[in-house]
Amino acid sequence: MNRTGASAAEPSSGSGDGTGARRNSKRPKYSRFTQQELPACKPILTPQWVISVFTFVGIIFVPIGVAALLASNHVVEIIDRYETACVPPNMTDDKIGYIQNPTIDKTCTRILKVPKDMDSPIYVYYQLDNFYQNHRRYVKSRNDQQLRDRSKANDTSGCDPEKTTSDGTPIVPCGLIAWSLFNDTYNFTRGNGEALKVNKNDISWKSDRDHKFGSDVFPRNFQNGTLIGGGTLDSNKPLSEQEDLIVWMRTAALPTFRKLYGRIEVDLKVNDTIMVTLKNNYNTYSFGGKKKLVLSTTSWLGGKNDFLGIAYLSIGGLCFFLATVFTVVYLVKPRKLGDPSYLSWNRNAAAQ
Amino acid sequence: MKRFVYINDDSSPISFCDNRVSNRKYTVLNFLPKNLWEQFSRFMNQYFLLIACLQLWPLITPVNPASTWGPLIFIFAVSATKEAWDDYNRYLSDKKANEKKIWVVKEGIRKHIEAQDIHVGNIIWLRENDEVPCDLVLLGTSDPQGICFVQTAALDGETDLKTRLIPSACVGLASEQLYKMKGVIECPNPDKDIRRFDANMRLFPPFLDNDLCPLTIKNTLLQSCHLRNTEWACGVAVYTGNETKLGMSKGIPEPKLTAVDAMIDKLTGAIFLFQLVVVIVLGFAGNIWKDTEARKQWYVKYPPEGPWYELLIIPLRFELLCSIMIPISIKVSLDLVKSLYAKFIDWDEEMFDHDTNTPSHAANTAISEDLGQVEYILTDKTGTLTENRMVFRRCCISGILYGSASGDALRDAELLNAISNNVPDVIRFLTIMAICNTVIPIKSNSGAISYKAQSQDEDALVNAAAQLHMVLISKSSNIIEVNFSSTALQYVLLDILEFTSDRKRMSVIVKDCQNGKIILLCKGADEAILPHACAGQQMRTYIDAVEQYAQLGLRTLCLGWRQLEDDDYNEWSHMFKEASSSVTDREWKLAEICQKIEHNLEILGVTAIEDRLQDGVPETIEILRRAGINFWMLTGDKQDTAIQIALSCNFISSEPRGQLLFLNGKNEGEVFRSLDRILRTMKLTSSEPKEVAFVVDGVSLEIILKNYKESFAELATLSRTAICCRVTPSQKAQLVELFKSCDYRTLAVGDGGNDVRMIQQADIGVGISGREGLQAARAADYSIGKFRFLKRLILVHGRYSYNRTAFLSQYSFYKSLLICFIQILLSLSSFSLFSGVSGTSLFNSVSLMAYNVFYTSIPVLTCVFDKDLSEKTVMQNPQILVYCQAGRLLNPSTFAGWFGRSVYHAMVVFLITAHAYADEKSEIEQLSMVALSGCIWLQAFVVALEMNSFTVLQLLAIWGNFGAFYVINSLASAVPSFGMYTIMFRLFRQPSYWITVILILGIGMGPVLAIKYFRYTYRSSTINILQQQERSGGPVYAMGLGSLESQLKSSETDMTPLSITQLKNRNSVFEPLLSDSPTATRRSVGSSAFDYLQAAQGRLSSSHSRNLKNN
Repeated sequence: MNRTGASAAEPSSGSGDGTGARRNSKRPKYSRFTQQELPACKPILTPQWVISVFTFVGIIFVPIGVAALLASNHVVEIIDRYETACVPPNMTDDKIGYIQNPTIDKTCTRILKVPKDMDSPIYVYYQLDNFYQNHRRYVKSRNDQQLRDRSKANDTSGCDPEKTTSDGTPIVPCGLIAWSLFNDTYNFTRGNGEALKVNKNDISWKSDRDHKFGSDVFPRNFQNGTLIGGGTLDSNKPLSEQEDLIVWMRTAALPTFRKLYGRIEVDLKVNDTIMVTLKNNYNTYSFGGKKKLVLSTTSWLGGKNDFLGIAYLSIGGLCFFLATVFTVVYLVKPRKLGDPSYLSWNRNAAAQ
Repeated sequence: MKRFVYINDDSSPISFCDNRVSNRKYTVLNFLPKNLWEQFSRFMNQYFLLIACLQLWPLITPVNPASTWGPLIFIFAVSATKEAWDDYNRYLSDKKANEKKIWVVKEGIRKHIEAQDIHVGNIIWLRENDEVPCDLVLLGTSDPQGICFVQTAALDGETDLKTRLIPSACVGLASEQLYKMKGVIECPNPDKDIRRFDANMRLFPPFLDNDLCPLTIKNTLLQSCHLRNTEWACGVAVYTGNETKLGMSKGIPEPKLTAVDAMIDKLTGAIFLFQLVVVIVLGFAGNIWKDTEARKQWYVKYPPEGPWYELLIIPLRFELLCSIMIPISIKVSLDLVKSLYAKFIDWDEEMFDHDTNTPSHAANTAISEDLGQVEYILTDKTGTLTENRMVFRRCCISGILYGSASGDALRDAELLNAISNNVPDVIRFLTIMAICNTVIPIKSNSGAISYKAQSQDEDALVNAAAQLHMVLISKSSNIIEVNFSSTALQYVLLDILEFTSDRKRMSVIVKDCQNGKIILLCKGADEAILPHACAGQQMRTYIDAVEQYAQLGLRTLCLGWRQLEDDDYNEWSHMFKEASSSVTDREWKLAEICQKIEHNLEILGVTAIEDRLQDGVPETIEILRRAGINFWMLTGDKQDTAIQIALSCNFISSEPRGQLLFLNGKNEGEVFRSLDRILRTMKLTSSEPKEVAFVVDGVSLEIILKNYKESFAELATLSRTAICCRVTPSQKAQLVELFKSCDYRTLAVGDGGNDVRMIQQADIGVGISGREGLQAARAADYSIGKFRFLKRLILVHGRYSYNRTAFLSQYSFYKSLLICFIQILLSLSSFSLFSGVSGTSLFNSVSLMAYNVFYTSIPVLTCVFDKDLSEKTVMQNPQILVYCQAGRLLNPSTFAGWFGRSVYHAMVVFLITAHAYADEKSEIEQLSMVALSGCIWLQAFVVALEMNSFTVLQLLAIWGNFGAFYVINSLASAVPSFGMYTIMFRLFRQPSYWITVILILGIGMGPVLAIKYFRYTYRSSTINILQQQERSGGPVYAMGLGSLESQLKSSETDMTPLSITQLKNRNSVFEPLLSDSPTATRRSVGSSAFDYLQAAQGRLSSSHSRNLKNN
C-alpha cells in the first residue's frame, strides 16, 4: 500500500513543486493518539470479578461497622431537655411572656444522674432543635471582614437587617448571627456540693481565633438596639477571645445541632448526681424549639452515633448476601460470556 | 420578468449586481449583534442568560453571580470566535475567486480586470482551460465554424465535453469586430435552471440587420465551466455574482442540528419543566412556611411588611438554586469533544487516500454523532462509486476470448499476434472500434493525438484501438483517416445513425477508400445487436461472453459489420434523408429507417469496458447494508449504465435473488399506474426473502414529486434500494428533502458540482474529493478521498461519536442533577418536612463552580477515548449500528435511568452526611465539604464504571482529578481569608470523614454495580455480548470465516432482523416489510421467552425514541 501511495502521489505533487512528494504529503502524522489506538485495558464484568468485589467489600465493611458500633457504645452521653421544665408552673401558658420578661429570674436547677463512668474530658454541649441556622436570611447575615479587621469596622455589608444602630453607627459584630448569640449559662455542682469547673477555653477552633476573629476588634454598639436578640458581649474583650461567639458563628447546616459550651476536666463516676444551675435566657419558645443540655465523652469517631456502625454492618451483610446470590446464580444457571449464538443475527441464521 | 443586457455598453440604464461572489454570513459591523442573536435563539442560551441576569439581584442569589457569568461569557466567546474564524475563511476563499484576473474587452481593447469587477454587458475573453467567471452568451470563438468545447463538470457533474455554438447572428465576425460589437440581449431573470436559457439577441447596426436571433442554452458559457480544446472564446456577461445559474442553485446551507442535539434539547426542555415544578412547589411551600413559621423565628427578623415582590423572592431563589440542574458545562464539553471527533476524522490514517494524496476532512465539526445514526445513504454514481475512468479490458472476437488470462486484452499476446498476422476479423473489429463513433481526434503541436469524446465508452474504445495499432488520425469533414501499423487508411463517412436510448446502438456507414466498398459498422448493447445478426451465425459464444463480462461488472458492447450493396445503400440513403428532414415524429421515423439497414449483421465480437469501480465499493455497500442502512443511487446517467453499475457493486442483486421494478411513464396517468403497481408489488414481496429495488427516471420523478409525493414517500420507506437515473441536481435535493420530511437521517455522498445541493440539503453531506473538482468536497460536511472510507466514517467515527456523546450528555445531566438534588434535600431537610424552605445553598459558590466546570467535566471528557468495541469487531458485526440508528443509547428511557441514579445518589450523599455529621459536627462548611467529597468519589466511580476501555489518559483524568480535588481544596483550606480555611485539614484528621465517604461510596455504587452486572450477564445487549466475545479472547476471532459467511447469508436473505426499517412501523401500511415476515414470527415463537422479552424491550425503547422523534 505504501509503495503504490508513493508512486501515485508523485504526479499530483509534481505539478506544485518538484522537491518531492514526501514533504508535500498531506498524510496525517501517525501517532497512537491520533489513530485512537492508545493501548487500553478493557475490563469486563466477569462473575468472578464481581463476586470477589462484593465479598471484599463485605470483608472490609463488617469489621469497620463493628469497630464503629463499639466506639459509639463506649461513649457515655447525658441529655437533659430543659426548656419546658424550666418554665415556672404558673407561666406555662405564656412561655413567650415569661422569656421576654427581663424582670423574672431565669435561674433553673436540674439534677442529672451519671449512668456510667465518664472519663474526662467531658464535653458540655447545648443542643437546639428546630433552629434554622441554615436559613438563607440568617446564614448570610454576617461580615467576615469586619470580624477580622479593626479598620473594617464600618464594613457592614451583608449584615441586613442588623447593620447599624438606629442612629447609623455600625454594630460590631454586625448581622443576625451575632445578634442572636445563645446566652443560656450552665453551672455544675456535684451531689456533694463540690463545684465542677467548666473549662470554657479553647472551645472554638484555633484557626477561627487566630485568623477569623481579630484580636484587636472589640464589640461596639452590640445589643444596643431596642430589640435585644441574644447574649451580650464584654466590650473590653477582643472578638478573638469571645469563644462563645466564635462557636455560635460556626453556623450549623441542619436545624438540629449541638454546640460546644465547655469541658469538664474531671472524671465522673457512675451514679454520681450533678446539679446544674442554669440561666434559661434564650428564647426558643416563639418557634417551639427545644433546648437540651448534653454531657458527653468522646471516642475516636466522635460522639455517640450508632448510625455509621449500623450502616456499615448492614452494607457489609448485604454485600455478602449479594456475593452469595451471584455465586449461586452463577453456579445454577451458568451463562457463557460472549457466546456468538446469543447474537440476534446469529440466532436468526440458526433458525433458518 | 425580463432583463435586457446591452452588450458592451457601460452607460446602460439598468445596473445589475457586479460579479462579486459572496458566501459570507457576517460583515465586520453586523457580526456581534447577528452572532449574539443567533446564539440566543437557542433555548439553552436564553435560559442561561436569564439565570445570569437573575443572579445579579443580590437579594435572591444563593451564590456569586460570577459563577454563572464567567462560564457564560466564556462559552459565548468560544462560539463567536469559531464562527468568526469560519467566516473569515469563507471571506478569504471568496476573495481569491473575486480577485482572479480576467480579460475583459472594453472600447475595443483587452484589459485585465479582477473577476469581481465584471458587470453585466461586459465582453469577457477566455483562453483555453480558463474557468468561466460568470454566465456568458457566447459571441465568438477561435474556431472558424463558431464551435467551442466546454466541460461542465463543476455544474452538472458530466465530465464529457459539450459543444457550444455562437449565435447565428455572430457567425463570421472577426475578433476586431467582436470587440466593438453592440447589441441587446433579452433574457429571463436569473434562475437556477441549468438546462434552459430562452433568450433573444438583437445586434445593433452596423453589424447586421435588425433580425432577432434566438438563443438557447447551447449558446451560453455558464459560470464555473471550463473552456476546453478551444484557443479562445469570448462572450457577453448576462448573469453575474450570486445571480448566476450556479450561484442561484447554491442555496443557503442551513445550519445542521444532529438528532442527538435535538434529543439533548428535548431532555433539557423536560428538565426545565421539572425544574419549574420543583421551583413552584418549593416556592409555594417556602412562602407558606415563611408566613406561618418564619415569623416566629425571631432570629431571622422578618420584616412585618415586605415589598410587593416578596412572594416572588423565594421561588426565584429556588429557581437560581435549581438552575444548575441544566449543566452549563454541557455545551462547552460537547463542543470540545465534537471538535475532537472531527480531528480524529482528519487524522485518521486509514482514511487517507494515497492515490490523490488527500486526507479525510471534517468541515462541519458539529455533526459527527449523526454519522452513527444514518438510515439512508443517497449516493451519486459516477466518480463516487466508480472511478469515472473507462478502460477497455477484454474482448471476444469471432468466438475467441481475449484478455481472460491477464484481465487486460491490450496485453494479451494472442491478440497482439492476431493483429500482426492481419487476421481479417480482428482487423475489422479494430476498425469498428476506431471509427464507429463520434470522437474528435485532436492533434497537438507536438504531433501527439488526443481524443475528445462525448461518451467515455467511445473514448475508451478509440484509445484501446490506438494502442492496438489502429490509430484514428483525423476526421475532417467526411474523411476519416486511420493509421494501421503505419499504413494510412481512409474512409469516407456517409452517414451516422445516432445513438438513442431506445435503439441502444449506433452505426456509421462508410465507404472504404481502398476498395470502394460501402460498409455499415454498428455497435450497441447486446440485446440491440444480436437479434439483428444474419441468419446462421453462431450466437452462443457471444451470449456467453456478454454474460460472463456482465458478471464481472464490465460494460459490454457488441460490434457488428455489414457490407452494403451500392444500390441498396442508395435506396436507403434516399429514405434516410427524407426522414431526417421530416418535421413530425422525426425520431421515430429515423429509428424506423435505421432498422431497415441495421440487420443481417455479421457479429464480429464483444468489447468489455470497465468503468472501474472504486476499490472496496461492493464490500462497503455490503457492510453498510448489514448495518441497516438503505441505499439509493441518484445519478444523472443513463438507466442502463446505472443498473449495470448497481449490479456490479452489490447495490442490487441480479435475478433471481433480486427483482428490479421500473417506475416510468411519460405522463401523469402512466406514472401513477406504474407507481401504484410497484407499491403493491413491494408490499406483496416484502415478505419474501428477495431484494426488490425500483428504478425511476428523471422525467417520471418530476411528475411524481409534483403530484404523488405521499405515495412516493411510502414507497421510499418500503424500499431499501432504489435507482434514480437522469435526475437533475435539484431533483436530487428534492429527494433528500423528501427523506428528511419523513424523519429519516440521510447521508448524501457525491463528488461533483451537481451533487452540491443534495449534499447541502442532507443531514450529512459527504463529498468525494474526486476528478470532478472539489465543489462537492467543499460544500460537504465531510470530504473523503474514496467511497470505501464511508464505512469507516460511519461505523467507526460515527458510532463512537454517538456513543460518546450519549454518555457525555447524560452524565452531564446526572452530575448536575446530583448536586442540585442535594441542595433541594437540604431545603426539605430531613426532620420535619417543609421546614426552613428558604433556598440556602449548602455549597459555596467556588465549590459549586469548580464542581460543575472542573471536577466533573474533565474526567468525563476523556470519554472521547472510550471504545465500547474495537474497530475490528464493529466492522465484523456492523449490525450493532442499529443501537445508534434507533437512538437506543440516548433516549428518554435511558435518561430516566440516569435521572433515577442522580436522585438515588443525592439521597445517599445527603442522608448519610446528615446522619454521620449530625449534632456537634453539623457545622455547615464541614458538612458541605463532606457532601462534596461524597459526590466527587461517586462521580469518579460512576465514570469509571461506565467507561468501557481505559487508556492512560482516562485513568489519569479520572484519578488525577480525584487527587486534584483534594490538592485544590487543601490549598484553599490553607488560605485564611477563605470560608473553608482549615476545613480540609480538619476533615483529613477525622476518621469519621473517611468512614463516611467510604460508606457513601459503598451504598451509592453497590446497587449500581449489581444491576449493571446482572444486566450485563443475564440481560446482555448485543453490544455486551460482543464485548464479552472480544475480551474473553476466543470466539470473535475463532468465529472466523464460517460464521461470517453465515452472517452474510442471513443478512442477504432476511436483511437482518435488527434492520432499521422495521422500526418505522408508524403506520400499519408499512408494517409488512420485515418485522412481520414469516421468518421473523417463526423466530420469535421458536426462541425462548427470554429472548422474546429482550427483543420486545429493544423494540419498545426504539419505538419510544421514534415516537419522540415524531412529536
